Amino acid sequence: MLLLEQCLNGLQFGLLLFLLAAGLTLVFGIMDLVNLAHGSLYMMGAYFAATFVAWTGSFFAGALLALAATLLLGVVLEMIALRPLYGRDHLDHVLGTFGLILFFNELVRLVWGPAGLSLPLPPALNAAIDVFGIYYPAYRLLIILVSLVVALFLYLLVMKTRLGMLIRAGASNRDMAGALGVDIKLLFTLVFGLGAALAGLAGLMQAPILTVQIGMGENILILAFVVIVIGGIGSIRGALVAAIFVGLVDTLGRAFLPDLLRLVLSVSAASTVARAMSSMLIYLLMAIVLAIRPQGLFPVVGR
Amino acid sequence: MKKASLAAVAALAFAAGPAMAQNSVKIGFVDTFSGPTAVIGNDMRNSFELALDHLGRKMGGLSVEVIYEDDQQKPEVGKQKTEKVIQSDHVNFITGYIWSNVLLASLKPAVDSQTFLISANAGPSRIAGDLCSPFFFSTSWQNDQTPHAMGIYLNQKDVKTLYLLGPNYAAGKDMLAGVQATYRGRIIGEDFTKWPDQLDFSAELSKARAAKPEAIFVFYPGAAGVQFLGQYAQAGLKGQIPLYTVFTIDETTLPLQKDLALGVPGAQEWVNDLPNPANQKFVADFRAKYGHGPSFYGAQAYDAANLINSAVVAVKGDLTQKDAIRDEMRRANYASVRGPYKYGNNHFPIQNFYLQETVKNADGTFGLKTVATILKDSQDVFHATCPMKW
Repeated sequence: MLLLEQCLNGLQFGLLLFLLAAGLTLVFGIMDLVNLAHGSLYMMGAYFAATFVAWTGSFFAGALLALAATLLLGVVLEMIALRPLYGRDHLDHVLGTFGLILFFNELVRLVWGPAGLSLPLPPALNAAIDVFGIYYPAYRLLIILVSLVVALFLYLLVMKTRLGMLIRAGASNRDMAGALGVDIKLLFTLVFGLGAALAGLAGLMQAPILTVQIGMGENILILAFVVIVIGGIGSIRGALVAAIFVGLVDTLGRAFLPDLLRLVLSVSAASTVARAMSSMLIYLLMAIVLAIRPQGLFPVVGR
Repeated sequence: MKKASLAAVAALAFAAGPAMAQNSVKIGFVDTFSGPTAVIGNDMRNSFELALDHLGRKMGGLSVEVIYEDDQQKPEVGKQKTEKVIQSDHVNFITGYIWSNVLLASLKPAVDSQTFLISANAGPSRIAGDLCSPFFFSTSWQNDQTPHAMGIYLNQKDVKTLYLLGPNYAAGKDMLAGVQATYRGRIIGEDFTKWPDQLDFSAELSKARAAKPEAIFVFYPGAAGVQFLGQYAQAGLKGQIPLYTVFTIDETTLPLQKDLALGVPGAQEWVNDLPNPANQKFVADFRAKYGHGPSFYGAQAYDAANLINSAVVAVKGDLTQKDAIRDEMRRANYASVRGPYKYGNNHFPIQNFYLQETVKNADGTFGLKTVATILKDSQDVFHATCPMKW
């Protein structure tokens, strides 16, 4: 029972990572753009949500508005700040988008203040539901559900629509797709907007669990990069598998390693070491994947 | 002739020096003013400013200058800021310090420079014991004291099994150790969560629920307390397993915790309804000025201002008389908002501890109320390992 509950916790964290990683892998895979500012879009999604929910009084209305706002922000960002970076060295991307991180952090500090915001849940979601015999928080079930729906939507988009075909073509061979007459500029803008919306969704869903604060996207961004490296750059399927795996390892490590280590160490030392070990496992996995199969678990064919 | 004029210049320089320093009392205030716990730092700053207003912004005839610095909740930044107020601003007193890890990092620069450091919140066990210093005073408590009181209350309520949850840093360890020192029942589980960035307690709450304790004891200050109570309710534990807390529910977190804080008792050395006149004035004026009640963090900062004032008044503004300042502070000769208290040999208060409960006011806001006195004149257990005697 406890194992099942911890697995659900891990699944929830993993799916949230997936939302973030999916946008990142699309942008990296199709536009060949290393976007460190993805974490800032995650943060902006959360800040927009906190503001709009307070403004409209309704959680869902606020969330939808925040999603739209983040999508718009992504599109504007792409058109203004990122177009000059296409085709350049990855280091230029890193420098440019790192500057964007600093810009967004200061912008948030100026507009919303240094103290951070909180996003309260409506009372209906602030309870637990009985699922398969365990009593699980309703809100986390909602996160799992929404993430799975989004994953399904992405699958249908990429596999079954014309736009998805263009995305896959762009991911396989950008130059060829451009040579065949695909409007690459528009495609890039759409893909970036989609990635921004996914990041914003992850941010606003995570906001009630963690507080909304400056720099909240930075820690999780590192994990998102690990996920796309393990999963394969440009591959959404890889992102899903890798994200769920990383989420499970992190949560199960947090849950069960301390007890194992407590047999040999003191309680607080066991906690510290367990935490470090579960992080290490994730990075170790990434290192192994890079060593054995550098293209990732589900590489995009044709790179 | 040259020697005489050189000597005259030197004498003037020396005369000018202390005379300049005596015009004002400089106080460094190192606290957290950014991030989600900025609300605590602001509460302490507001209370400190209110105390200065009550004192007419003068201590012993000298004007007061306060230099506020943000430690960003990071020990290395707190240490840098402490060094900055000592070395650049030449402050006479330093106060603030919410977090035990920040205080532990910042103590050495203060003590080495013989600057008085008055902690208005953090009370790590080591500073009460082997690291005690004649230049350190606390207007709050020693970390273990408050959970000691809660452990005694748990015994009174005949709670047989207990699960402990807290953050993995100096204060978290002190709190969980403190409750274990007095609690007589069985502790069936203990978990530390990563501090300060772990705000998702799902894994630990699942473990706690699986262990089926009679009650859960937690210490989650600031924003973590808000998130914890939220997730506690979301996990469906609210009606099932009672929660006992220290420093998790206070006036800064209540506006966000709201109903989630009802029925969750806490132990504290100060509650806003303590009936002494100094407290009544403090709470009433704070509420009038800021629109909401002060938290215990603020009360401790208010006391720090008054403690410093009592010492400056006693030495008639001559801040070079450090021994006399220390002697006066040791007497705790001021009207504390928690009522009169004494200092132990390690400069930590010997004071009462109360049980506080959350109540809903008529206007829909939430407040805290004293329900009982758990301990009277309680002293921390580390004073015996402190070598200071006076």
